Amino acid sequence: MQEWANQLCENRQFGSKMTDSKYFTTTKKGEIFELKAELNSDKKEKKKEAVKKVIASMTVGKDVSALFPDVVNCMQTDNLELKKLVYLYLMNYAKSQPDMAIMAVNTFVKDCEDLNPLIRALAVRTMGCIRVDKITEYLCEPLRKCLKDEDPYVRKTAAVCVAKLHDINAQLVEDQGFLDTLKDLISDSNPMVVANAVAALSEIAESHPNSNLLDLNPQTINKLLTALNECTEWGQIFILDCLANYSPRDDRESQSICERVTPRLSHANSAVVLSAVKVLMKFMEMLPKDLDYYGTLLKKLAPPLVTLLSAEPELQYVALRNINLIVQRRPEILKHEMKVFFVKYNDPIYVKLEKLDIMIRLASQANIAQVLAELKEYATEVDVDFVRKAVRAIGRCAIKVEQSAERCVSTLLDLIQTKVNYVVQEAIVVIKDIFRKYPNKYESVIATLCEHLESLDEPEARAAMIWIVGEYAERIDNADELLESFLEGFHDESTQVQLQLLTAIVKLFLKKPTETQELVQQVLSLATQDSDNPDLRDRGYIYWRLLSTDPVAAKEVVLAEKPLISEETDLIEPTLLEELICHIGTLASVYHKPPSAFVEGSRGVQHKRLTSSAGSGESVESPDTGSAAVSEAPPTVIPSQGDLLGDLLNLDLTPPTSTGPPPTTAPGMQLGAMDLLGGGLDSLIGDESEPPPIPLRTDTPQSPQPPHQSPSPPHYSPTELGGDIGGSPAMGTGFGAPPAAMPASFNAPISGGLDDLFDLGGGGGLTMGTYIPPKSVWLPAMKAKGLEISGTFVRRSGVIQMEMTLNNKAMSVMSDFAIQFNRNSFGLAPAGPLQILTPISPNQSIEAALPLSTVGPVMKMEPLNNLQVAVKNNIDVFYFSCQYPISMLFLEDGKMERQVFLATWKDIPNENESQFQIKDCHLNSDAASNKLQGSNIFTIAKRTVEGQDMLYQSMKLTNGIWVLAELRVQAGNPNYTISLKCRAPEVSQCVFQNYETVLKN
Amino acid sequence: MIHSLFLINSSGDIFLEKHWKSVVSRSVCDYFFEAQERATEPENVPPVIPTPHHYLISVLRHRIYFVAVIQSEVPPLFVIEFLHRVVDTFQDYFGVCTEAAIKDNVVVVYELLEEMLDNGFPLATESNILKELIKPPTILRTMVNTITGSTNVGEQLPTGQLSVVPWRRTGVKYTNNEAYFDVVEEIDAIIDKSGSTITAEIQGVIDACVKLTGMPDLTLSFMNPRLLDDVSFHPCVRFKRWEAERILSFIPPDGNFRLLSYHVSSQNLVAIPVYVKHNISFREGSSQGRFDLTLGPKQTMGKSVEAVLVSSQLPRGVLTANLNPSQGTYTFDPVTKMLTWDVGKINPQKLPSLKGTMSLQAGASKPDENPTINIQLKIQQMAISGLKVNRLDMYGEKYKPFKGIKYMTKAGKFQVRT
Repeated sequence: MQEWANQLCENRQFGSKMTDSKYFTTTKKGEIFELKAELNSDKKEKKKEAVKKVIASMTVGKDVSALFPDVVNCMQTDNLELKKLVYLYLMNYAKSQPDMAIMAVNTFVKDCEDLNPLIRALAVRTMGCIRVDKITEYLCEPLRKCLKDEDPYVRKTAAVCVAKLHDINAQLVEDQGFLDTLKDLISDSNPMVVANAVAALSEIAESHPNSNLLDLNPQTINKLLTALNECTEWGQIFILDCLANYSPRDDRESQSICERVTPRLSHANSAVVLSAVKVLMKFMEMLPKDLDYYGTLLKKLAPPLVTLLSAEPELQYVALRNINLIVQRRPEILKHEMKVFFVKYNDPIYVKLEKLDIMIRLASQANIAQVLAELKEYATEVDVDFVRKAVRAIGRCAIKVEQSAERCVSTLLDLIQTKVNYVVQEAIVVIKDIFRKYPNKYESVIATLCEHLESLDEPEARAAMIWIVGEYAERIDNADELLESFLEGFHDESTQVQLQLLTAIVKLFLKKPTETQELVQQVLSLATQDSDNPDLRDRGYIYWRLLSTDPVAAKEVVLAEKPLISEETDLIEPTLLEELICHIGTLASVYHKPPSAFVEGSRGVQHKRLTSSAGSGESVESPDTGSAAVSEAPPTVIPSQGDLLGDLLNLDLTPPTSTGPPPTTAPGMQLGAMDLLGGGLDSLIGDESEPPPIPLRTDTPQSPQPPHQSPSPPHYSPTELGGDIGGSPAMGTGFGAPPAAMPASFNAPISGGLDDLFDLGGGGGLTMGTYIPPKSVWLPAMKAKGLEISGTFVRRSGVIQMEMTLNNKAMSVMSDFAIQFNRNSFGLAPAGPLQILTPISPNQSIEAALPLSTVGPVMKMEPLNNLQVAVKNNIDVFYFSCQYPISMLFLEDGKMERQVFLATWKDIPNENESQFQIKDCHLNSDAASNKLQGSNIFTIAKRTVEGQDMLYQSMKLTNGIWVLAELRVQAGNPNYTISLKCRAPEVSQCVFQNYETVLKN
Repeated sequence: MIHSLFLINSSGDIFLEKHWKSVVSRSVCDYFFEAQERATEPENVPPVIPTPHHYLISVLRHRIYFVAVIQSEVPPLFVIEFLHRVVDTFQDYFGVCTEAAIKDNVVVVYELLEEMLDNGFPLATESNILKELIKPPTILRTMVNTITGSTNVGEQLPTGQLSVVPWRRTGVKYTNNEAYFDVVEEIDAIIDKSGSTITAEIQGVIDACVKLTGMPDLTLSFMNPRLLDDVSFHPCVRFKRWEAERILSFIPPDGNFRLLSYHVSSQNLVAIPVYVKHNISFREGSSQGRFDLTLGPKQTMGKSVEAVLVSSQLPRGVLTANLNPSQGTYTFDPVTKMLTWDVGKINPQKLPSLKGTMSLQAGASKPDENPTINIQLKIQQMAISGLKVNRLDMYGEKYKPFKGIKYMTKAGKFQVRT
């Protein structure tokens, strides 16, 4: 019995030996040691088994690199399998053991001379895969021989090896002349060699955009076309992709290439088919449209595209993304094939969504009935995303095919009757668009829509509904009640809804002024006084002023006729589309993004454009468009959430961003606020016989001349709409001009310049130290999903810093912080990104200091020293406003010369003088003077008249405005009198407040 | 080109990795896992996933994700087609393509992958060539190898790769020379509630099993070649001859291969073999629903409809189904809500039906969605498009081969909306 059991066990073992899975089971200790012994065994079979075990361990990611010398020792063998296995191992580990790898070189070199071409090829192939610099030197000679080998199998392997070598050491490949040899191989007699040479050259060309490696001329094209018919499917793809780069000389050449490429449309490999479609789509452009062949070709393109859609889902997906491009470029190809895009219920979601997109692109009057029936069917499916998109699609059909609009609206109404919440909301969003496209046509449905008011809980749907109510307020009897009902929870709404509600109520007021006055006042106060959202406040103020100053104008502005929305909103921009058509079948075509975005570290990708038949006879594409073309890439308009900042107010006050050069030196062209603040200074400076002292500072940003006096181009580019966002580059791209675009005089590093300044001139003035207001809470946690920000402003060594404490009171980690300022009175802007390097975990607080510059965009704020800030983190964007002490802006060189002071004082008209009382201040005049100097308020002279000290003081703001002050201190009287004179009297109030805080702290 | 390949099983383990260039850390798969988490169903993982430095292109086959990593611009279809080829090769070699089979043959798998791709460029993907390079494992060979120490790796040069007919190996010899062709058609159709056809098309293939000695040159002609709207050929087919004469002329690969796939989309040619009478309804306020389904033959040209399998995803609210089939068996999975009814053969005299009630969760509202009915079926000895092979001739060799042609129609994605 025992014996029998033993036998069974042995049999079992034998049975398990049948498979490789046994290699996975060796997990006991000393495994490496055991393998080592086996590798050094005399028995061939044992050796091979051991190598197999090693390979198996390697594949599952175990580290068996310690066995390197033992495995390499097995390399000198006649057994082909053992050799291959050792090669496999070498490729994997040579990098980590370069010195050991050298040991293998001799065997490689010997194998490259072997009689068996299979071994020669294998050796050269493996050598190329060993990515060790030392080995590559030894590789050159064998490779050169193999490239000229008599056996095409060796040559084609060697061709790929050049690409491998180039990847490791590009310079070596060029120096050794391998590129030329590779080019010669394009004319090889064997099609597979040609295909591999093309593949290798294409790969090398990717890192050499201008190298002209694939110099295509009619002779090489002919060679490629011949090889195309005879090489493998993969080779065909390489050759077709290469052909697509060629620009035929004329339409006849174009046609002859098309004719020879067309048979590839019947290939079983879908990648071959799609590459062939690319070549045909590109070369078709050159064919005259009246040519018979043109029509034939169009007809031939449809069936293969349709066939691609019956393939596996992932192939379908890629095909659909490309068909989306083809349909936009040449809708005629697939216009009769609508049905193949109908969705099967078990298609994967990514296929469903793409099909839906194409259905809408193909929708026309002829097939709209069918399409609508389908869409209605989809709207009852299970997948919520898909259902939403289907409902949206109905709206897009209505906008695209006018004749169908009525039917679409009734379909949407049917869907609303289903009362499925998300369907209703989606339907209302699209009905809003339909209203905009066809005004005054379908308003009869409003009543039905209003019935569903309560069920709307998504911001977009709420906003859409509010828009409808506002737009058609005159037809809805209880519009005021409806809007009022939204107003109750105003502060809980999302910004989108708040803005829409504000506008809708203003519209309502303009239409029915008598009964809605209260409502409009309520919303205006909610938007301006109770809100922290700068966009909302801006819009609120604009409306408020419009309504209070000129209601007629308000009516014209607010109730103006809206531009109709375009038929198809998501068409790809034509130049990009042309480029993508030239790249059909690539990743770029799947993502619908320019090809330059897809090559890692690429310096340039040839921008391809379709050459049309209009220019036939000439080869339009010039090879040197390479690297230069990248910068010409069409500006991508990425609507980001930052666009919120491009709000109504900004858009109204600034010239359009796209107007060429910024305005020139005329002061009138400066932004309004600049004029207010700095305009009066022209004469001040101009009148002086002696310019104010400005040692060593002519090129710092804080140059005392007002910016528009400077002969250099204007400093404030009005294109900088929202200011640069600090931190996230992704958000930054959406905004205005990058810092590099600033005029040269602004390029000096701000802090550096000011440090010098301070060292030279500041001296003892700062012994008292600057007054730093205590931190106050700017953004309460309640309003910012748990993020609390408190902070203050500091001026240290001429650098303004915003010091903040960020406190995470939420339950989740916060990260990805970025900050941005709204335009403000003195152009304060972050000088760098907000440096919060580590995420803030719950209940943690972090200190952050943000250096500020004063070269940002300018807009007058109320009060003057108000600053509106947007802080973004991984959760949301939050807005708050805070006020900075104006002394932050007082420059260290704000001490005027006596003469200048006197002249200026006289020159400023008396109406610009303001007088204030500072009460309860118990300092004597010297102490006060010292204290003020700490905040860069400099005493120029002191006079004592009848026991009253008169201090004459000056200060200079970062934008070049001088403020002159006379401070009267009477001994024994705690009340000071201060007179301020300034060309821009607006600042006086702020300056006074600053005096008060400095003196009292 | 293709940088690396990761194989991931359904529980999310990476059980095999292969790198053709430098090693890419397997952490790159984290992006794939993220996408997988977002997808509700395994099939819904998007096939192309961008990561900061790479792109992941994946296919799901036999519940294994084949994830290819690429670094530069590579046509995605190229990668997907290659992955399909990998799956086919595994299946060809090991009979099944499962995690177990791959692990059992990991060394062969590794050798295969090494031969299929060189530095990311496809090298040998034809099954014929691969089999010359690496012998498929058979129990007998494994045993012999274990005893004698011989190997799976072929010793000779894969000559086929260089010849004008790279798909056929030289020196093929058989004692019985046979050539079999299967014409298989699948109907994809969407039928609407009222029973009218919304779309219908036929995907057809001709699969061949040719075991002929030497270098035979075959021609195959159809009675009605104009039926075919779009054709994709095996590389062996001479395209010019087809264009000019609508005749398939080719030197066949050795063994099994797909000669042709075609597409028929002209709707009047697509016969719908079965009809479905259905009544699946719920009443407002009642927790009971009615289920009533009857199948019948429609356009079958006198052939019988077999192996009918009806499946339908019932609404989520359905708890149980209490049904009575007139023939066959049905199952209802209360978790996935999938109802399957194995009908078998349709007898035109006594139509199969499935009737009964479904019960909803107590108090649940009437479901919004209408279930779609999916039908599988087979009809032997008929190609539903009416395609017929006229004759098959052999040139170039002297012997007389045995020839056979079989027709079959299946349902592909055949869906009836209710």
